[in-house]
Amino acid sequence: MTSFMPPADRNWWKVPVGRQELIWIAIALVWCIIMFLMMPLWHVYGKQNLSTEAYQTTPAKFGAKVEEMIGKYKVGEEAGLPIVAPPVGSDVYMLGRLWQWYPILKLKKNKEYRLHLSSMDWQHGWSLQPDNINLQIVPGYDMVLKITPDKSGEYSVICNEYCGIGHHTMVGKIYVEE
Amino acid sequence: MAEFRVCPDSGFYFHKSAESLMKVNAVVGIVALLVAGLLALGVVLTRWQEVHWLPADTFYMVLTAHGINALIFWIIFFEMAVLHFASSTLLRCRIATPKWAWAGFFLMLIGAVMNNVAVFSGASSVMMTSYVPMQAEPHFYLGIILFAVGALIQVFVFFGTLVVAQQEKTYDGSVPLVTFGAITAAIIAVFTIASGAIILIPTFLWSIGYVSHIDAEMYRVIWWGLGHSSQQINVAAHISIWYLVAGVLFGARPMSEKVSRFAFLLYIFFLQLASAHHILVDPGISTEWKIFNTSYAMYLAVLASMIHGLTIPGAIEVAQRGKGYTKGLFEWLRKAPWGNPVWSGVAISVVTFGFIGGITGVVMGTEQINLIIHNTIYVPAHFHATVVTGTTLTFMAITYLLIPVLFRRQLFLPWVAKMQPYVFGGGMTILILFMLGAGTMGVSRRHWDMDFAGAAMAFEYPAIAYTLMAVGAIGGVLGVVGGGMFLAVAVGSLLFGKKLEPSAGILESFAGKPLAASVYNIDKPEVLAMAPKLKEEHHKGFEAPGTFILAMLLLVTFVVYYFINWKYLASVWPLG
Repeated sequence: MTSFMPPADRNWWKVPVGRQELIWIAIALVWCIIMFLMMPLWHVYGKQNLSTEAYQTTPAKFGAKVEEMIGKYKVGEEAGLPIVAPPVGSDVYMLGRLWQWYPILKLKKNKEYRLHLSSMDWQHGWSLQPDNINLQIVPGYDMVLKITPDKSGEYSVICNEYCGIGHHTMVGKIYVEE
Repeated sequence: MAEFRVCPDSGFYFHKSAESLMKVNAVVGIVALLVAGLLALGVVLTRWQEVHWLPADTFYMVLTAHGINALIFWIIFFEMAVLHFASSTLLRCRIATPKWAWAGFFLMLIGAVMNNVAVFSGASSVMMTSYVPMQAEPHFYLGIILFAVGALIQVFVFFGTLVVAQQEKTYDGSVPLVTFGAITAAIIAVFTIASGAIILIPTFLWSIGYVSHIDAEMYRVIWWGLGHSSQQINVAAHISIWYLVAGVLFGARPMSEKVSRFAFLLYIFFLQLASAHHILVDPGISTEWKIFNTSYAMYLAVLASMIHGLTIPGAIEVAQRGKGYTKGLFEWLRKAPWGNPVWSGVAISVVTFGFIGGITGVVMGTEQINLIIHNTIYVPAHFHATVVTGTTLTFMAITYLLIPVLFRRQLFLPWVAKMQPYVFGGGMTILILFMLGAGTMGVSRRHWDMDFAGAAMAFEYPAIAYTLMAVGAIGGVLGVVGGGMFLAVAVGSLLFGKKLEPSAGILESFAGKPLAASVYNIDKPEVLAMAPKLKEEHHKGFEAPGTFILAMLLLVTFVVYYFINWKYLASVWPLG
């Protein structure tokens, strides 16, 4: 009746709030604060935090760095793509373009690498499967993150940002060795 | 000159010009829903891998059109009707500058048609988000810009109408809570449309060659001020409708005007920060920015939703108990009119929006947890719980109320209407739950082929992911059937529904013409009085114990599910 009528009391903001609402608001507020604190706490105690390191770049500049790495550390080829095994702890590069992730990386288990990601053309989604880590890859930005693969095996990188008609063919690889 | 009529069934007053505007906005919105619903069938029958119906180019075109028609055109057209109702009808006042409102409506219509022409020509399959540097045709952007300008004009007519009501003293005391909620929606709409203008106007200029470069990251940050905030208009609008339905069907009185209005105020202050949800795994965004924004400062908008989650069912419980349904904790709920689609629609909407949409939204909007969810099909699962079983089902429910009151027709096929919220809500809930599961397995959104046919290197999802997508798709088909039932009732009522006195013909219903001039026989409606006072000063105890139990159930679900996702996050590669 009264949700669509003016409040019964002209000074409705002075009407005391009932116990039930107050208790619920208090409980909900505590939960909100806990959720809020979880994020900074995870930065201190958790291991999965996205770095904020990024640089403006251009497709030409980023592509040159990728080629330089391939030139130095190429160890093979698969499906027409170079396989690269860069040294532990080094800067490793992967680029997204229509429609591939390039090159294939071969990394060591439990070692840290500085992974650089960028796009040569449109936006792409770097989606590591089956681990399910997902990053937005934006042209013009070199995104740098420290990764530590903690399981060995064959990983796929699929694209999960729509990038045109060949979007579903964009599958890359990362090998993690003992 | 007499320009008002009073609805003999509901007692609502309608101003002639406002009534016509409500009708056209609602009808065009429902047409957009029809388009979006048909396209939805193409989407689910393609993502159901065993069916895999459409070829890739058609699929992406259909998905683009589905997103824009459902998320933007259907919902915002209908919201314009809601705004005119919440101002002119609820405040019993004439609409300000109806010609401007019509101009706004036609701009929206032209924009919507122009955008659809661009998409269906096939050269603008850029998804609703139209991320640069992928480029659509210029009239894709221009259509959305015109639509947004039109919407802005109608929103300002709404504000103008509030001023008219206040100046002409058509109501006593403060505006009703439902109008207060509509004001919240309108304020968020202004912010939203401004964000859209700031980014889409340069993007349009870029598409015709006057601007050489749009930074892709800048586009994302500003565009989401439009993309996410437009969905916050919906939240404010459909929660206002929940309060309205609680009042109309149960005679419910807000448990506390102060608490409910404070919760809406929190929306105005904090809800739009959620556009940061989309930027959490982008390059170079600072941690502090992400934490502050993604949490709506400190989850203060979540607090607001949790408040509404208690006060709306709580108000209904108090009203029902007052009618004598006092047995146990839940007699008040069992004795609710479950056969009335206005109620069942709103009830399903409250539950799915809170339990599924709300909880998944907060979980995936957590800075680090987003790493395991971003751009998976979990994301559309979440927002189908908020905008489909949340907003759309609420708008369907209120349509069942408006057909007799506004359009002066009896419901056509009432037994279909009675079942409709269950079929639609049930089907969509299946779709949502199974898509959430598939997203957790890493299945991508906006993706034509989960077999990756034609890729140089193979990748296979686990078999269970296919099963989840298939069951979800069956739910989606059921949802489309439920949507079809709604359209059959809504359109059928306007065409064949029994006319109520004062009666409306087909033209009056569809083309937004007023009823016969003689129907409008009221010069000035009675001043809207304040609600009658309760006998006791204010309530002190636990008047709504059943609701409190339900709220605690929500909280426990929330807490458990939240920490399960942290646990899942802890299992992936360490990164920093």
